[in-house]
Amino acid sequence: MSFNHSDIRLQFPILKKGTYLDSAATAQKPQVVIDSMKHFYETENANVHRGMHMLSEKATTAFEEARTSVQKFINAKSAEEIIFTSGSTEGINLVAKTWGKENLGEEDSVLITLLEHHSNITPWIQLKDENDCAVEWVELDQNENIDITQLDKHLANGNVKLVAITGQSNVTGVRTPLKEIINKTHEAGALALVDAAQLSAHHPIDVQDLECDFLVLSGHKLYGPTGIGVLYGKRELLESMPPFLTGGGMIKEVKRDHFTCAAIPTKFEAGTPPIAQAVGLRTAIDWLLQFNWEDIEAHERSLIEKSFSELRKIEGLTILGPSDPKNISGCLSFVIDGIHPHDLTDIIGQKGVFMRAGHHCAQPLHEHYGIPASTRLSIGIYNNGEDIEKITPAIQEAIKIFS
Amino acid sequence: MDLYAENILDHFKSPRNRGEIKDPTVEHEELNLSCGDKITIQLAIENDVIKESQWKGSGCAISIGAMSILSEELEGKSVEEASALSIDDVKKLLGVPISQRRLKCAMLCLHTLKNALHSFKHEDTQSWTETIGQEEMKNE
Repeated sequence: MSFNHSDIRLQFPILKKGTYLDSAATAQKPQVVIDSMKHFYETENANVHRGMHMLSEKATTAFEEARTSVQKFINAKSAEEIIFTSGSTEGINLVAKTWGKENLGEEDSVLITLLEHHSNITPWIQLKDENDCAVEWVELDQNENIDITQLDKHLANGNVKLVAITGQSNVTGVRTPLKEIINKTHEAGALALVDAAQLSAHHPIDVQDLECDFLVLSGHKLYGPTGIGVLYGKRELLESMPPFLTGGGMIKEVKRDHFTCAAIPTKFEAGTPPIAQAVGLRTAIDWLLQFNWEDIEAHERSLIEKSFSELRKIEGLTILGPSDPKNISGCLSFVIDGIHPHDLTDIIGQKGVFMRAGHHCAQPLHEHYGIPASTRLSIGIYNNGEDIEKITPAIQEAIKIFS
Repeated sequence: MDLYAENILDHFKSPRNRGEIKDPTVEHEELNLSCGDKITIQLAIENDVIKESQWKGSGCAISIGAMSILSEELEGKSVEEASALSIDDVKKLLGVPISQRRLKCAMLCLHTLKNALHSFKHEDTQSWTETIGQEEMKNE
């Protein structure tokens, strides 16, 4: 379908409420996604698997079709490699607390980077505390991307078992060279986990091309509902891993003193899964894929470049990260001399411009920049040039209050 | 009236009682975890009366402004009187409407003071929920 932007915008009823520039936190949902979940609850709702009635069959079909949609979306080899989770956070925790717990010992380390979100930091710190393994950090280079020389050095030590890395920073919008990193990781005999929570709505993902071992994403950042996410894992890895949560749905057989697990993906989906959310996610993916990625990326690139040049005109404003907007995707964060990000973001919010203030769940990165918090501007497919033009006047008003 | 009233901005730009006491009777630090704002209060207490209060910290205009305003009220108050300060008292002092999303900013000073006084009295510290109570659940 052609990229008719004013038409896209009309499909998001909530955009009438204000200028939404907080899509990195959660994206808005097109009407079709909202409708698909309503339709599911009105006509197909039942629990999945083993219900011997028509509604359960419909719900199971809808749920499994959603899995196939996700499989195609990230080009996984098979649908069994797609585990539905509650979001990226659960996906990473699942890997840390199953694969990590079994495979990392005192001699081993997990390599993460300064660009990570807390959800790709704390599960590894927990693992370190429990298994006595190490967590090592890759710092940034002068381009504000991860320092490949340092990555090489860590990998050369021979003790790295896993490299867990974001595809796109949720603070500076830097995209990491995933393919290069994953290649190097494999050459060093380690596995690679990709946190695609930010990347997935802004860039096509092909797990077979990337050759990543694990990848996580969140439905709600992908124009889908909250409460659902995806863990992709290579089949042989998922099959070798112990279960994470146990209980209903994920078992093959339960005896009084032991149980056996179902095959993947069910093994990792204990309890009633997010069924309506899977339907919503599938609709969101279908909706997004009606457009060409080239058009989406070109449109979003123009918005980031416009934001960058607008913000650069404001005196006392510093953009964190790259000095070239070409190296920024999806979001950028900034600080203004003499105005705390909470005050700034509150004031511009009152002017109808909705951004986010805080450390954006990336405290180590903020510490690196020597600041406690920043204001983040993030975009989605529905934003336009007019949205960006509203930023500067709103910020100028805040500056006036504090001058 | 606007949250960023002249009074609050004045205190933010020229904070009162920001500094250190040489030998404080008690010192206590609290954070607003949702934003990283941090305040440390020092109190000099003699015969259960606050003789001096100083504070340091970093944060937004609301948390810093409120701390500065509250600090002007403490000198001469008995420990009992200071312990009895409520969020309504702080709201009155600020004199502007505090929205739900900024309540913790505005009450970081009170939360820190309460726990400094608990610490002085060798009591357990109180949680944020205890400080802002049901107020947190109220709609704007």
